[in-house]
Parts: sequence; structure tokens; C-alpha cells
Amino acid sequence: MSRPTLLALQILVAVVCIVLWQVLSTVPVFGKILLPPFFFSNPFDVFSQIVKWFSSGVIWKHLGITLTESILAFVIGSAGGVLVGFWFARQPLVAAVFDPYVKMVNALPRVVLAPIFALWLGLGIWSKVALGVTLVFFIVFFNVYQGVKEVSRTVLDNGRMLGMSERQLMRHVYWPSALSWMFSSLHTSVGFAVVGAVVGEYLGSAAGLGYLIQQAEGVFDVAGVFAGMFVLSAFVILIDYGVTLVERRLLVWRPTASDGRG
Amino acid sequence: MTTPTAVALEDAKVAFRLGDGRVYTAVEKAHLAVAQGEFVAIVGPTGCGKSTLLNVAAGLLKPAAGSVKIFDRPLAGLNRDAGYLFQADALFPWKTALDNVAIGLEIKGTPRAEALPRAQKWLTSVGLGAFAGRYPHMLSGGQRKRVALAQVLIRDPKILLMDEPFGPLDAQTRQVMGNLLLELWNADRKAVLFVTHDLEEAIALADRVVIMSAGPSSRIIGDWRVSLPRPRDIFEVRLDKEFHALHREIWSVLKDEVMKGYAQSTHAAEAV
Repeated sequence: MSRPTLLALQILVAVVCIVLWQVLSTVPVFGKILLPPFFFSNPFDVFSQIVKWFSSGVIWKHLGITLTESILAFVIGSAGGVLVGFWFARQPLVAAVFDPYVKMVNALPRVVLAPIFALWLGLGIWSKVALGVTLVFFIVFFNVYQGVKEVSRTVLDNGRMLGMSERQLMRHVYWPSALSWMFSSLHTSVGFAVVGAVVGEYLGSAAGLGYLIQQAEGVFDVAGVFAGMFVLSAFVILIDYGVTLVERRLLVWRPTASDGRG
Repeated sequence: MTTPTAVALEDAKVAFRLGDGRVYTAVEKAHLAVAQGEFVAIVGPTGCGKSTLLNVAAGLLKPAAGSVKIFDRPLAGLNRDAGYLFQADALFPWKTALDNVAIGLEIKGTPRAEALPRAQKWLTSVGLGAFAGRYPHMLSGGQRKRVALAQVLIRDPKILLMDEPFGPLDAQTRQVMGNLLLELWNADRKAVLFVTHDLEEAIALADRVVIMSAGPSSRIIGDWRVSLPRPRDIFEVRLDKEFHALHREIWSVLKDEVMKGYAQSTHAAEAV
């Protein structure tokens, strides 16, 4: 299928959905409105809410806060995950000792930690960052751990036979291998950083997209909730696109499924 | 012979501890000497421990008994005089062809600015001058072997260890690679220990062909000198009468071992 046709069809889906939503929430069918505005609002109100946020400029502050929290969570979580992942992979004893605890902490639904972080770190950005870090850390940690452990035996032997010292092996073999695993999970970990930030804001904060949605919900402003959701999705899609660009730049050496050559 | 011995295995025995605690003896009483400048091929049936023997010479494996001497000095740790060409892909997938070759020098502390032009020269001499910027996955199997060859040779090792390096390649590419190897080898005649399961390849390339018996506990059971004149062309040397005579002679010994090895491997498969 050609690109323009595909794009046209994709837009068609959105148009149909929005029109249905608008019609069903304003025009009575057999004397009954199927989507009561109180619960479902309507596309026009949602859209005007979004326009109002952007034209008055309120939204930028919230977007900025959520973005800052996400970036901090991602950077701190990734750094921790890389360090601990490397450490565990190179010291099997340490990994064996901590294994049950890592599994235990990872099994815990992170949402329950939010109140504790709020208590410890206050209602500012750091409690949200902490929540994001607990999510990002484990994804990066597991990937780096795997990446270091699953370095190809032959490539490693080749490095040794070429005369690499332990430090050079680290730099030229283990490190790139671990990074490639980490980058392959980049979409997931960046996504989780945003989830951590927004959930944290939702559960208690004074700014951010999560806060905006929670505020609207508190006053039964359904249009505000939907507007917040749309802005949030657009925000995540933009970040995801950025990640794709970074990935393409950093993983040029990796074969894609389509160009498998013998 | 007065030339020094590059690699000497004396009474080498290699054993592995299996998962269930039993000890598997791969190679026993291996006596093998490779003189400086000599090209020796080891041929044997699948699973006879040819690669094991090579890994012992490389220092990647320690023999359970016997000794390994490199230029008359006992080998401790990895063999620093040797370059090793692996059967499987061993290039660093995250480095371009050029960087893969240059790394051999950079490890030794050669500045990058100096290493890169020399790597480019080596890529050109293996026929890949125009592929410097490609990553390994963008190259064909034969091209990857060429890069690997350049990666090993740029360090100018005194000994070249090769573990069925052309095994994964198709028949034509193997012959082309064989000729390339001979051409490069002819320039400075390093000591070569070349493992293969292909007798024709062994005779066409080597000065000496060593035959191993089927495993376990395989031994070296034959040692033939190949006196075909050099420089050789692999395509043409195969048509030589002497080549055929030698091939027939060695094959008569090797055939029994191949059948034994085959019987053992099918037997082992049935037992599982």
C-alpha cells in the first residue's frame, strides 16, 4: 500500500471516531443521548480545552515539569541499571546473593511505593523521579546484565587473542554489547520514565500533566480529563519519535530484519 | 632442520570434565611440531579434537598433561605470538570493517591516526579497500573472513592459528580465500597451523598434512609431507598427478577414521 493511501486511511479512522463521538454525545438517538456529556464530554469541548491551555500558556509549565521528571528518572535509573548490571554480571557471587531480593523488589507493583516516596521526598518533583527510577532501573538493569553475560564467546576469545587486557575487553567488547541491549529496551524504559512521572503526579503533586488530569477529575471536568489524556499521548508519541531518531543513530551497526545477509 | 620450532606440543593430553562428573579425554599423546615458516594442516573426522589442539596452541585451553612450547619457551597463559582466525564470526559487530582491522594495532597502543591508514592498506590487500565503512552485517560471509584475516595479520603475529576458517563459506569462495591466504602467507612465511576437515584443502595449502584419529582420546596417526612446488594456485594444483597420488594415500587412512567417527556420532545420537 502506498504511503498517502495509508495516511488517508489512518486519518479516516480518527475522523470517524471523532464524528461518532460528537454525534452520539449531542444528537439524541430514539430520544436518548447515548454518550451523556457529563460522563463523556464531547470532542468540541475537549478540543477547546486544549486550545485554551496552549493559548493561555498554562500547559507549558506542566509539560516542562513532567518532562524534567521523566528525563531525570530515565537518566538516574539508566545510570544505576548500567552500573549494577555490570557489577552483577562480572561478579556472579554478588548476583547470586542478591538474586531473590532483586526478584522480590521487581515483583512489587511500583504504584504502592508512591505514597512512601511522597512521605520521604515531599510533593515536589523528586518523589516522582524516584518512582520513575524504580521502574527504569530494573528494565535497564536486566538488559545490561543479560548483555554482559551473553557476549559472544567467539568475539570475547577473539578480543583476548588480539591481546586485549581486561580493561580493553571492557571498553571494546562488554560495554558495546551491554549498550546495545540497553538501547534495544530504550522505548520501554523511556515510556516507563514517563509513566512513573505521571502516576506520581496523579497521586499527589502541585504541577505536571498527571496533576492536571487529577485536578480535572476532582471537579468532574470530564473534558479536562480527556484533554489531559490527549496532550499526554501526543507528548509520549513525540518523545518516542525522538528515541527512534537517537536509536537509528546509535545502532547503525545492527542488522535489521530485512537485510539479513549470509 | 635448523630453523627454530614455532609450536611444539609434546605428549599433550586434553580432558574435559563433563556435567555428570565423568572426564572426557579429547586428545591424547599429541606430538606435533611446526617449524618456523612451515604451513601445517590438521585433518580429522568431525569431533576428533582438532580445534581442541589448536586452542591448546593458542593458550585458550590448558593441557591436562604434556607440554606446549612456543619458540622453545613453555607457554603460560595466552599465546602472545599467535594470531587466531576463528571458524565462527568473531568480528566486533559494532565496529566498521576499518575499525575492526585497526583495533589490532590500537590495542598495542598505536595511535588511532597512525592505525587507520595502515588498516586501510590491509583492507585493500584483502580486496576490501572500498568497504572500509561497512559494518560486519553489511558484508557477505567471505568478506567478513577477509576482514578477520586482515584483523589478525595487521598485528604481524609470528604464528597463525586457523580453525576451519573457511568452513562456513561456499566452495568457490573457499578456493578464492585459499589463494588469498597463500598469497599473503608467501610474503613473509609465518608458521601456520591450519585445522580443516577438507583433505583437498589441506593438501593444496600445506607443507605438511597431519591426520588425527576419531575421538574420544584421538591421537595423531599420520604425518605426510606435501612437496608440491610453491607458489601454488589452488585451482591448478588440484589437477596435479602428485596431488592425486597423495590424496589417495592419505584418504585410505583417513577414510577408516571418518567412518569410525560417523558411527560414533550416530551411536551417540541413538543413546540420547
